Amino acid sequence: MTSGREAQNAHLSVWGVCKNFGDFTALDDVSFNAAKGEMLCLLGPSGCGKTTALRIVAGLEFQDAGRVFINGDDVSMRPVSKRNIGIVFQSYALFPNLTAAQNVAYGLVSSGRGRARSRERANELLALVGLPGIGGKYPAQLSGGQQQRVALARAMALSPEILLLDEPLSALDAQVRIHLRSEIKKLQRELGVTTIMVTHDQEEGLTMADRILLMRDGKVIQDAPPDKLYDQPATPFAASFLGSMNFLPALDVGDPKRVGFGRVSLAVLKSAWKKGDPGTCQLAIRPEDVVIRAPGAQDVTYAGNVLEARVASLEFRGPLYRLTLRLVDGPDDCPPLIADVSARLAGRLDLSDGAAVQAIFPVELLHVYAGGL
Amino acid sequence: MPEIVLEEREGLLSRLSGALSELMAERWMKGAFIGLIGVYLTVLVALPLYGLLSKSLYDKTGAFIGLANFTRFFSEAALFSSLSHSFFVSMTATAFALPLGFAFAYCLTRTSVPGKKVFRAMAMAPLLAPTLMHGLVLIYLFGKKGLVTKGFFGAAQALFGVSGFDIGLYGATGIIIAEALYAFPPVFLILSVALSMTDARLYEAAEALGASKFRIFRTITLPGVKFGLVSAFFVSFISSFTDFGAPKVVGGSYNVLATDIYKHVIGQQNFSMGAAVSVILLIPTALAFLANHIIQRRQSAGVAAKAVPYSPGINPARDRLAFLFCAFISLLFLVYLGVGLYASLVDVWPYKLQLGFRHYDFNATGGGGYAAYFNSLRMAFYSAVAGCVMAFGAAYVLEKFKEFPRLRQFCSQLSLLPMALPGLVIGLAYIFFFNAPGFSIEAIGLYIPNPLNGLYGTMALLVLSNLIYFHTVSFLTAGTALKQLDNEFESVSESLSAPFTRLLTRVTAPVCLPAILEIGYYFFVRSMTTLSAVIFLYSADLPIAAVAVANMDDAGDTAPAIAMCMLIVVTNLVARLLYGFATSGLQKRTRAWTRR
Repeated sequence: MTSGREAQNAHLSVWGVCKNFGDFTALDDVSFNAAKGEMLCLLGPSGCGKTTALRIVAGLEFQDAGRVFINGDDVSMRPVSKRNIGIVFQSYALFPNLTAAQNVAYGLVSSGRGRARSRERANELLALVGLPGIGGKYPAQLSGGQQQRVALARAMALSPEILLLDEPLSALDAQVRIHLRSEIKKLQRELGVTTIMVTHDQEEGLTMADRILLMRDGKVIQDAPPDKLYDQPATPFAASFLGSMNFLPALDVGDPKRVGFGRVSLAVLKSAWKKGDPGTCQLAIRPEDVVIRAPGAQDVTYAGNVLEARVASLEFRGPLYRLTLRLVDGPDDCPPLIADVSARLAGRLDLSDGAAVQAIFPVELLHVYAGGL
Repeated sequence: MPEIVLEEREGLLSRLSGALSELMAERWMKGAFIGLIGVYLTVLVALPLYGLLSKSLYDKTGAFIGLANFTRFFSEAALFSSLSHSFFVSMTATAFALPLGFAFAYCLTRTSVPGKKVFRAMAMAPLLAPTLMHGLVLIYLFGKKGLVTKGFFGAAQALFGVSGFDIGLYGATGIIIAEALYAFPPVFLILSVALSMTDARLYEAAEALGASKFRIFRTITLPGVKFGLVSAFFVSFISSFTDFGAPKVVGGSYNVLATDIYKHVIGQQNFSMGAAVSVILLIPTALAFLANHIIQRRQSAGVAAKAVPYSPGINPARDRLAFLFCAFISLLFLVYLGVGLYASLVDVWPYKLQLGFRHYDFNATGGGGYAAYFNSLRMAFYSAVAGCVMAFGAAYVLEKFKEFPRLRQFCSQLSLLPMALPGLVIGLAYIFFFNAPGFSIEAIGLYIPNPLNGLYGTMALLVLSNLIYFHTVSFLTAGTALKQLDNEFESVSESLSAPFTRLLTRVTAPVCLPAILEIGYYFFVRSMTTLSAVIFLYSADLPIAAVAVANMDDAGDTAPAIAMCMLIVVTNLVARLLYGFATSGLQKRTRAWTRR
């Protein structure tokens, strides 16, 4: 996956790391790189090993096999204190009996600076994270978002090589979270610090990361920039973990450009094929990619892949309607198709339960995965 | 920012060089601390206990006799009776202490009774005195020349035409009353914690469903505290079963296990029989402790994380009833302390009722007088300081260090063991262990002279016995406080390249200071009042106040004995006040961290 040369150019490099806790395999041959200044997000459901991976990068946990390089140095066996990394924990772990400034200065004082210089630097850092003048307050006197930023300032105090963020926003309420997402991202760009963030929140990953490492059961499923991960998910899991996805049973008919779907056959791009055994396969399309037209309408944009459908139910979601459709020509075991249409279009089509529509699968947005549902 | 980055880089190489050796150094330093705790507990708990157990298999002359001591115990009625007596008095005392403690705790947690703080403090009053005093005060009330027995010096006769009333104090009756008094504070504490850990929503739901008050009590309150009740039962049983002070004073000819051990060892110099009876005392105690430990573990698992705390509303009739009950119990404790004080001041009870401090001049009596008092004071002070260090230190090392997990687990288990050991058992085990000139290991024909022999009969050994006797409770207190700290503090501190000692002194210890003070106070008070652990270990040159009380009582000097008890009570009251001031000062500081 990673060549030695590549790893030496990367700022952070993780090679073939494995970790077991008793019988449980937390990480199974995980490798990834991060370039200088890049923000990498480890994303996945709980128990996928993302936190273990972070802790191994930090040196809080030691791998059973594999190596970790920071800036070309093999730090595999170094403890956290010798890796020059900054960590922001989910709980922030701010020392309750120390003021915000004392918290930030904690590492500065032990690094052998004078007290006055440390205090000065702590105040600089607090100003940097947008909290000037709160240095004298205790953590309990700060809001969740402020605590989060104090923790960030503390982690940045020793100008670490790598910044590690463990679910940094999950303890905050939705409003603050959205605000802080862009704040942290902006700060990270400004400081140019290589950052690894762990989250189970797909939106956080999509909005903040330069690159996402999607993980499941201790393995890396896909390593790609957010837009690519969303548009070209490597596996059905990747497809369903980010956003919504329809999965429809189909048949491999031996033609790389067509699949059988119930009584009809649909065109697919050859490149949409993910390798697999012949036989059954599954079609996948995102609800927002399904095009809805009035029955009988002729549309020059979409020549093929037009399916007759009936509206089983529709749900108002503000800017759009979410339709549940029954495909007339689909296979017998075909689950209902979910499609999103803008509220405006839904009004124009005068949609209601039982209405007949055309559902079009644009060929370039249709994914095909090997294997049954 | 970028220039700061550069500045950091300069020190980087030098910081990284020698990183490995530093890593190993810290690991081995932490390992050394864990090892130290392991040695401390092995030498002071495991080895003496092993010595006691093996001693019980030998006879007076040192010949191995297997279980003969035990068969003798169970076949001779005179010996065996002490076991059934011990069971009887502990069960009966518990039967009194448990309902009273429950009612008192219920009033303070589930009603809006006024004066909760005062009542809470009053409930702890019996802990300030040695159990010897419980017996002595009972003698002044119900003994042959007691206030009640003699009808309040004839006043009852004159006023109501009733003469005195003799309850037949000496024997089981006296022991039961004293032990119930002694068990009341811990029972109250356990149950008030259990009663305050509840979810108000359960009560709201039950009321919404139209359940009657009695049904709510039966189906929600009682099941909610069932673990607390079982735990209180065991703690009360253990404290009564193992107590030595009260039976010594009011037991008369009614023998219990604790007094029997003392008689075997001090009276007949039959150490091995003393060891055998100690083992018989130890087994039910250890079983009760084990049962309690298992139950408590289940209790902590059963508490919902997001419970809504219960706050009792105002109910005048109920609150008035609660007040009457709490006031009655508190009055009993006040009378108890008041009679103690009065008896220590009266010139010649019951003939010459002039008050004075004659009995506080211990010159005419044995026991050691003020020398004994000041020795106790020193011992309690040393125990408090060393106890804080060892109990908190052990909890800190075992809770926060991640190195050497097996050794840590072994130490944690040894840390729980002392709670199952009665004071007499510790004292006797220490005689065997520290008084032995050496140990021969026959299997390999090796003789090791005892390096700790020099401790025998010193203040250091007295302090050590207290450190172990009161270790478990303090260890658990410290552990609870430490568990409340975020586990990631260590990770953060390490990631900032700070040594663990910096986190300990800057964050962990300051945040845990309330628990540390509590531990110090607990060690002080218990060391001032304990008799059973030290009675085998004091020496003639090193008299101890509680032992002096016992010896003065033996010699018939009851008034000086109770005067000495009052000195202990007053000392503990002063300690309580200091502790109160310290914690309230601390709370003011802590409030700064926690107030928004």
